[in-house]
Amino acid sequence: MADKTADVSLTIDGATTVVPAGTTILKAAEQDGRHIPTICYHEHCTANGLCRICVVEVDGVKPLVPACLSRVSEGMKVSTSSVRAERSRRTILEMLASAVDLSQAPEINKFIDDYRADPARFPDAERREYPVLDDNPMYIRDYSKCILCWRCVQVCADDAQFTYAINFKGRGFDTGIGTFFDKPMPETSCVFCGQCVGVCPTGALKPKRESLLEQGISLDEIIQATRGGKKRRRKSP
Amino acid sequence: MSDADLIRLRSFLAELAPQGRAALLPALHAAQQFHGWIPEAVATEVGRALAVPLADVHGVIDFYEMLSREPMGRTVARVCNAPACALAGADDLADALCRYLKIEPDEVSPDGEFTVEHAPCLGLCDHAPALLVGEAARGSAAPDQAAEICARGGERPISFIGGDVRILTGNCGQGHPTSFTDYSSGGGYAGLKKTLTMTPQDVLAEVKAAGLVGRGGAAFPTGIKWEGAAKAAGQPKYIVCNADESEPGTFKDRILMEEDPHRTIEGMIIAAHAVGALRGYIYVRGEYPYAFNVMRDALEEARRAGVIGGNILGSELDFDIEMRLGAGAYICGEETALLESIEGKRGFPRIKPPFPTTHGLFGKPTVINNVETFCNIPLILERGAAEYRRIGTERSPGPKLFCVSGQIQRPGLYEVTFGATLRHVLFDLAGGLKQGRKLQAVLMGGAAGAFAAEKDLDVILSFENLSAAGLPLGSGAVMVFDDSADMRDVLKRLARFFADESCGKCYPCQLGARRQYEILDRAAAGRPVAGDRERLSDVGGTMIDASLCGLGQTAATAVLSAMKLWPEMFDGKK
Ligand SMILES: Cc1cc2nc3c(=O)[nH]c(=O)nc-3n(C[C@H](O)[C@H](O)[C@H](O)COP(=O)(O)O)c2cc1C
Ligand code: SF4
Ligand code: SF4
Ligand code: FES
Ligand code: FES
Repeated sequence: MADKTADVSLTIDGATTVVPAGTTILKAAEQDGRHIPTICYHEHCTANGLCRICVVEVDGVKPLVPACLSRVSEGMKVSTSSVRAERSRRTILEMLASAVDLSQAPEINKFIDDYRADPARFPDAERREYPVLDDNPMYIRDYSKCILCWRCVQVCADDAQFTYAINFKGRGFDTGIGTFFDKPMPETSCVFCGQCVGVCPTGALKPKRESLLEQGISLDEIIQATRGGKKRRRKSP
Repeated sequence: MSDADLIRLRSFLAELAPQGRAALLPALHAAQQFHGWIPEAVATEVGRALAVPLADVHGVIDFYEMLSREPMGRTVARVCNAPACALAGADDLADALCRYLKIEPDEVSPDGEFTVEHAPCLGLCDHAPALLVGEAARGSAAPDQAAEICARGGERPISFIGGDVRILTGNCGQGHPTSFTDYSSGGGYAGLKKTLTMTPQDVLAEVKAAGLVGRGGAAFPTGIKWEGAAKAAGQPKYIVCNADESEPGTFKDRILMEEDPHRTIEGMIIAAHAVGALRGYIYVRGEYPYAFNVMRDALEEARRAGVIGGNILGSELDFDIEMRLGAGAYICGEETALLESIEGKRGFPRIKPPFPTTHGLFGKPTVINNVETFCNIPLILERGAAEYRRIGTERSPGPKLFCVSGQIQRPGLYEVTFGATLRHVLFDLAGGLKQGRKLQAVLMGGAAGAFAAEKDLDVILSFENLSAAGLPLGSGAVMVFDDSADMRDVLKRLARFFADESCGKCYPCQLGARRQYEILDRAAAGRPVAGDRERLSDVGGTMIDASLCGLGQTAATAVLSAMKLWPEMFDGKK
């Protein structure tokens, strides 16, 4: 680990800043009043550098580097909105929109506007579309809205709950989040703590109540329905 | 599952249980061997025995192409669909097999005996069109042999080995593995014996002085890597041999393992002495079962002869090596994904830094090198660095293997010293193009490489000269296309490879590899859409610039090089 007490001096978009060693470029830029977009990054989850929307250009480094993970070093020259970085951000947003239902992801939609990304850039592109899974009284899973940020898997596992009910399935473009042999949630180790629902940024995981309200169902009916669900579960062996 | 099967499986799992999750891949391989596939009940047994959460077991099965949660035929015929085999008629071969068995690809024949699958490059490119029938390789397979292939299976084809020198390949080409006795009596294990009289520091100094550059594709200096692991704090340290060789067009490591297994083993033991490692792993791709068996048997011979195990050859050195078999995932050749795979996880590449030299296998300092890199080590120790440097160029010392495939007279494995030209390898050694044909392109470095053309033939084969010419050396794959090849079809196949093999971790590659394939698929079908060229360059540029690992960072290099060579190709019919 870097010596946390020492300070490091670097330039971000031409302005010199001094931050403690070990700071990420993302935090250093924030302290300097500059905003770098992020999608997968979450303060309370392990950062995996998945979305790459936060990439910036660092002098002398060939590939772009993810600001959320990369730590500052003495004399580093960072450019947060170079042509290459902006091209990558715009293209990532366009490709994401071509694959996933982002209708309930306001932050990402704002980025799409900011970077003048064209959500219809890729005609005839295969989308990730799955039926909504409504198999428990607590939350629904609408994986057509899943951007694979990994947060739910991580909070269910070592980042919070140590329950390991969900994990990845498939590979590549066809990666998804799922349970052991696609079992309904009540048949897994899920304890219905709701942490996954809390961290999901796109409405892919949503409280049942909210989902029913969206469908125009009244609160009374919802209470009936969700209670019923719980009772049914208790009856099953 | 019958009770007898269950008892057998349980007793096997009980043996593996002490290893915990690190035994997940061997356990899933065994489960699949017992049952032909992995039903829920079997996956549950595996998860319970090794204390792996069930959702994780599912995730691992899904990640690897050769493991299946659905029934498969008792024998799976995997037909290569990469360019060299496609040009030689691999698609017709797959069709003929399906027609003969009256099934579609991926279906199980009614008697439960067969499944036919399209597979990525099988490392048999010099025998195109190639396939695996169960565990047996088969080359030059014609569609009219379908019945015979199903009845008799495979017969390992023997590769042509040529070149200007036969140093690394000195024992290769006999059609069978060199035994411990033959290897030793031919001077083998002399490097190890000398090493055991030297201090680890002196061994490191020798490897550094030799200037050996890694042969796995990333061109990293081996001595510096070893020194990093030697200096790193933490025990036990590991030596890992990357034998995942899955880069389309590459088959050198397969031949080195199948014909001269002890050379790799000797290199690994020397590395263990240099860095102070106690354990090693050899990770062989799932599509190389024969090479896996040869290496496993050679390790057994080596153990009996006392060159691995405790007090190696009477010295203080203790070092043993374990085998791991991959299960169909190109990404597991990426070093950190390979380590994850040994640990029983999905092959997701790790974020670097930290690097394996300090945080490698099970978080411990680890040296991971390619098979061919390890094969250079005994030579360096035996001859000494100065003598070793007499071959090759100043910045690329030593011998180098090139895997020549495609539309060329004599496909095969060619050993030269760095400094030869591409023209020399293709025309003097491999016999040039087929009668009456003109050169269209040479794919250098495999799918992750770039296209060279006629104008590049005089390029000198060395890390520095190729890099100056904008061509990657990569894994040493050289795939030749004459003027009869449909390059749009070639590009489509390369793009499909990356779309199939992307691990899905980072967005640029997870999404970009699929979008790139879709665009090249319609280009190959002669239906490009206005703006496709810009789409390709944005998708490609983004994958190269922003992807997390080397797979995404190279998934568009061949396509972008093709766009430079043939700009008109993406505008409509050529
Ligand atoms: C997608 C991908 C696939 C790779 N496949 C292989 C492989 O099959 N064999 C190999 O030795 N290196 C492979 N590499 C390179 C390894 O990550 C690593 O650099 C190499 O094993 C180091 O060995 P060396 O220093 O001896 O070359 C691959 C890299 C990437 C990004
Ligand atoms: S379901 Fe939600 S939290 Fe989970 S990976 Fe998808 S988008 Fe992220
Ligand atoms: S570049 Fe591709 S293979 Fe590498 S981490 Fe990203 S998705 Fe996975
Ligand atoms: S926010 Fe940095 S990679 Fe996603
Ligand atoms: S085996 Fe077919 S191209 Fe390599």
